[in-house]
Amino acid sequence: MLKITKTPKCYVGGSFIRSESGRVAPIKDASGAFFANIPLCTRKDLRNAVEAAAKAGPGWATRNAYNRGQVLYRLAEMLEARAAEMSDAISLSGISKKDANREVRASIERVVHYAGWTDKFQALLGSVNPVASSHFNFTVTEPMGIIGVVAPDEKPLLGLLSLVLPAITGGNTAVALASGTQPYPSILLGEMLATSDLPRGVVNLLTGRRDELIPTFATHAHLRGLAAVGNLDERKALQIGASDSVKRLKLIPSETPTDWFAENAQGLYEIRDHLEAKTTWHPIGA
Amino acid sequence: MSTRNFHALRGLLNDVGAVDQVGIDERVAKFATRSIKKNAKVFGLKLAVTMVDLTTLEGKDTPGKIASLCQKALRPHDATDIPPTAAVCVYPSMVKHAAKHLRGTPVKIASVAAAFPSSQTPLRTRIAEVRAAVADGADEIDMVINRGAFLAGELQLVQDEISAVLEACGDRTLKVILETSELETYDNIRAASFLAMRVLRPGDFIKTSTGKTSANATPGNNQVMLEAIRDHFLATGIEIAMKPAGGIRTAKQALHFLVAVKETLGDAWLTNTRYRFGASALLNDLVRQLVKEKTGAYQAPYTFSESSSAY
Repeated sequence: MLKITKTPKCYVGGSFIRSESGRVAPIKDASGAFFANIPLCTRKDLRNAVEAAAKAGPGWATRNAYNRGQVLYRLAEMLEARAAEMSDAISLSGISKKDANREVRASIERVVHYAGWTDKFQALLGSVNPVASSHFNFTVTEPMGIIGVVAPDEKPLLGLLSLVLPAITGGNTAVALASGTQPYPSILLGEMLATSDLPRGVVNLLTGRRDELIPTFATHAHLRGLAAVGNLDERKALQIGASDSVKRLKLIPSETPTDWFAENAQGLYEIRDHLEAKTTWHPIGA
Repeated sequence: MSTRNFHALRGLLNDVGAVDQVGIDERVAKFATRSIKKNAKVFGLKLAVTMVDLTTLEGKDTPGKIASLCQKALRPHDATDIPPTAAVCVYPSMVKHAAKHLRGTPVKIASVAAAFPSSQTPLRTRIAEVRAAVADGADEIDMVINRGAFLAGELQLVQDEISAVLEACGDRTLKVILETSELETYDNIRAASFLAMRVLRPGDFIKTSTGKTSANATPGNNQVMLEAIRDHFLATGIEIAMKPAGGIRTAKQALHFLVAVKETLGDAWLTNTRYRFGASALLNDLVRQLVKEKTGAYQAPYTFSESSSAY
């Protein structure tokens, strides 16, 4: 039977794109045989992804919280339906089928976890503040804008989702660079995002070389925050680059292994990392 | 259309020659493939800034809004190496407010007049409007042609009206808006260009659009008009200027338009006395790209606009 090979493409602005540069890099399966060519995205692709995220931002941020939860839950449904395929994609790296299945299960649960948070975090992170004048004073949270994500190399699905989900749960949009060593699961994730009800541009997934893209993630002024896993040099580059545009950084060292399965790899404080607090004074009786 | 008008239009179309639509579309598609990087890009971006007619044509325009527009035209950015724009473009009633800020500066005051954007009022009303704008201090008048008359084949009427407005302008520059989207075909755009150019003085403009219809300046319309200007220049030696307007929002689009100018009319037209952009948002993106070239970091659009959105 004729074998139909697949051209993996990145998911940007709701479309499946090749890199504008036309560059690709081959990836191999566990046996060392050629599997597919993965796009090597450039800083221009990153720029285009940020434009797409900017377009999607206002619509996503102003959706009601309950609806955002429904959309995220729908993503979990899409992941669930293609869990076996995703598990195969993860085990391309050579890890056992059992471990790959475990990562897919944990990822689905993580999506559902954040789907539950969308209409609850405001109540926990906002507050009514006592003040010494006749004012009603309250603090509400607002999304920061576009968040850049640099995913870890290991746990190509769970690691990526653990960083992207809290950002979009809070109403931000995200531009993410997938695992450098195992990019294929992010390609599949893009296909699932496209069939979930997530509006185009809310999540944009790039594949490519970390050393080429990290400087642009750092300096791009339109990215308001970064969540990145990196080594000492990469973290330093991100800190220096981000200082000009005063980004909020969430840096996770790659030298010490992160337990992405852990209970504390998800939750309210991960969402808070990508929110701004707005405090309003309202005169009483006016 | 009466037989006489039909023959008038047919005669003009035969006289100025037809446009190869496929050829034009192929040609303009090529302009977008030129690689303009580094120094050439900075040159192009700065040149485009000097060519902008910074425009506000809204019912909600106020003297305060005009004041801030004028300040922006004079100094588009904190960085002093970014030049001022060519002009501001406002409604006639706002000319006197703009004049307060721009008299004695290199930035000109352009005013749309003559029943913009429809041209559907009696000629004497339109002439009076032009005279009022000139009296208030407008340096340049942007008039619209009578498309209804053009499409009905009343070519002499269209040309006479342009002449009448030209006379009312005195020594001020006139820009004749063809409103290309309402002329339907490239052939008509070329014919209307010639109709206008034959009564214009050297340095007067032909302009694509009002910005008030769904379709505005496109690379194709721009190219048809540039080639008409070229052919008119080669036949008569009269240098007519060009202004695409409406829908040009990004620096990249502007650079593609400048490529078209350079490759059709040459360097002599790469100056703001011969080429302009009618735009409101374009300046923001030009400045944004200039800052990007200077700092090496991609910039957020809201830093360069009035938007208060985080996106």
